[in-house]
Amino acid sequence: MKDVLTTCVYCGCGCGVYLHEENGRVISSAPSKKHPVSRNNLCVKGWHLHDFIHHPDRLTQPLMRKNGKLVPVDWDEAFAFTASELARIRQERSGDAVGFLASAKCTNEENYLFQKFARAVLGTNNIDHCARL
Amino acid sequence: MAGLATTFGSGAMTNSINEIENAQVILVTGSNTTEAHPQVARRIFDAVDRGAKLIVIDPRKTLLAKRAHIHLAIRPGTDIPLLNTMMRIILDENLADDLFVEMRTENFHELRDMLFRLDCQEMAEIIGVPLEKIRAAAQIYGRAQKAVVCYCLGITQHICGTDTVQSIANLAMLSGNVEKEDTGVDPLRGQNNVQGACDMGGLPNVYPSYQRVDVDDFRLKFEKAWGVSLSGNPGLTVLEMTHGGKDGPVRAMFIMGENPLLSDPVQEKVRETLTNLEFLAVTDIFLTDTAELADVVFPAASFAEKTGTFTNSERRVQMVRRVIRPLGQSKTDADIIMELSRRLEYPMHYQSSAEVMEEIAMLAPVYGGMYHDRLEGSWGLQWPCWDREHDGTPFLHKYYFTRGRGRFVPASYQAPAELPDGDYPYLLSTGRVYHQYHTGTMSRKSTLLSREAGEALLQINPLDAGRLSVRNGDFLKMRSRRGEIKLRAELTDQVREGEVYTTFHFSEAPINLLTIAAQDGKSKCPEYKICAVSLEKRTEG
Repeated sequence: MKDVLTTCVYCGCGCGVYLHEENGRVISSAPSKKHPVSRNNLCVKGWHLHDFIHHPDRLTQPLMRKNGKLVPVDWDEAFAFTASELARIRQERSGDAVGFLASAKCTNEENYLFQKFARAVLGTNNIDHCARL
Repeated sequence: MAGLATTFGSGAMTNSINEIENAQVILVTGSNTTEAHPQVARRIFDAVDRGAKLIVIDPRKTLLAKRAHIHLAIRPGTDIPLLNTMMRIILDENLADDLFVEMRTENFHELRDMLFRLDCQEMAEIIGVPLEKIRAAAQIYGRAQKAVVCYCLGITQHICGTDTVQSIANLAMLSGNVEKEDTGVDPLRGQNNVQGACDMGGLPNVYPSYQRVDVDDFRLKFEKAWGVSLSGNPGLTVLEMTHGGKDGPVRAMFIMGENPLLSDPVQEKVRETLTNLEFLAVTDIFLTDTAELADVVFPAASFAEKTGTFTNSERRVQMVRRVIRPLGQSKTDADIIMELSRRLEYPMHYQSSAEVMEEIAMLAPVYGGMYHDRLEGSWGLQWPCWDREHDGTPFLHKYYFTRGRGRFVPASYQAPAELPDGDYPYLLSTGRVYHQYHTGTMSRKSTLLSREAGEALLQINPLDAGRLSVRNGDFLKMRSRRGEIKLRAELTDQVREGEVYTTFHFSEAPINLLTIAAQDGKSKCPEYKICAVSLEKRTEG
């Protein structure tokens, strides 16, 4: 059982939220009292921040399309196929034939690595995200 | 954000969220703040309780508009004429901050010449608001010592979005309402880390910290740091990628935690593009509509299963902390990217997200002092934070603008790309509601949130509904030149006659089947706020 202070993932306000964990499950959310934005207050989405974490629809294994259908595969197969397809397109056409969409939902560190991957590995600046949507 | 970057030199909120409650005047435009940014709305209400004046510019009578001292219910798309008229009144009534204009800005003569050519009465007719009401708003804003402008996607999601943002900046500079505490121009960012994704170079034309890819010095710096040669050509924007169609410029895509099939305009075009790719990989926590089209779907860890940072709307970089292990076999996006990179013979060696942040601090000047150990012991730091000793920056442009002098960039009225006509007589705008979020991937998984707002509703004025013999909760067929969907009617006087409003949260009523591909030429922001539709009562189901 523990409470972990983290940052809300809904809007751009960036409230400080405590997630309450019990037996490996996140079971509730509560506002941080002294956080400069949340100041002991959350909107309805913040109070229900934990709801989707353990939802039964969460993806828990890699999927690959085989005979038109997405079927579970192991990580190695998914990585190997993705790497070989990206390498093939980079070789046959160019890195500029690949497009990357980064995410306003992922962390700064992940977005940094993602654009580094697009730029340094595929050699393209075709990277954008839904900043305007 | 292109607009503010041109005028001020930096495209972000100039204030902190808490400063809003100290403002004397708050001008809110193109933002349904109570629903989309509840914490900002709370500061606005607190300020009003303390005596601040609230001006709301919105075609709809939103909750905030009902509480405003002045509600300017403009015709959709007439923001630029309104802002210009307000500026002309400020000039005519000697409310301009001459000293500020002289000392801190440039290109004022061009704005002044344009304003003196305006016929205010004619503008008021275009705007659809009495001139006296506009005058009252201009006087309140122009006389304030501390005034804040908050704006959001209601401004940017138009073909003239960038010009409108520049007009807001013009207004603020003309009356000297920038560069001070509790005073400024505040674009509210819609998503938790949209600011961070921009800061990190998740954009086709810039590296992290807005260093342009087509400037050799910046490119060489990143080539040296990363040990590879890099392309100096700006890349494609999201719509150039997702609207390419069968023979588009990209043949493969890698999508991390986004759902363009629901979030981008003209859904049929996006579907055509994505299904005709040679290869599509998606990482997400759920099987989104976009992921269902993929060749490979990687299960990603959620925010509760990883450590890193988000940057909020007020540029505050703060910690996200791991609470539990990644569920099932899921992995963090960072682990997925690093493994793919290794297999493509470019190994990335990072033991932790803190190590990634050290590299960011080295390469991105505005993040120069952001280290996890500093963020751990505080409520985060607001960029620019230049080095380890720097305490961060609660409000921007103190003493001078990022670009030196603030630049006036005058703009004129541009009619929306598609206005109602005989065949499609209603004007449709799209946006968000309080209980749901974006394409609903996360928020619709919550039973409570879905109980409160479980399906798309079309806000329609009771008079229009009467003409269509539609009652509250009846199904409507809504059609545009691009497609057709059905959804239930919500009768409300929040919208005027001839105007309807709905959200894009629900895949059963994918509103982006209807929206248009028109976009702002500079920011590439789609015109989600205006397109023409027809309505018809649907008798069966």
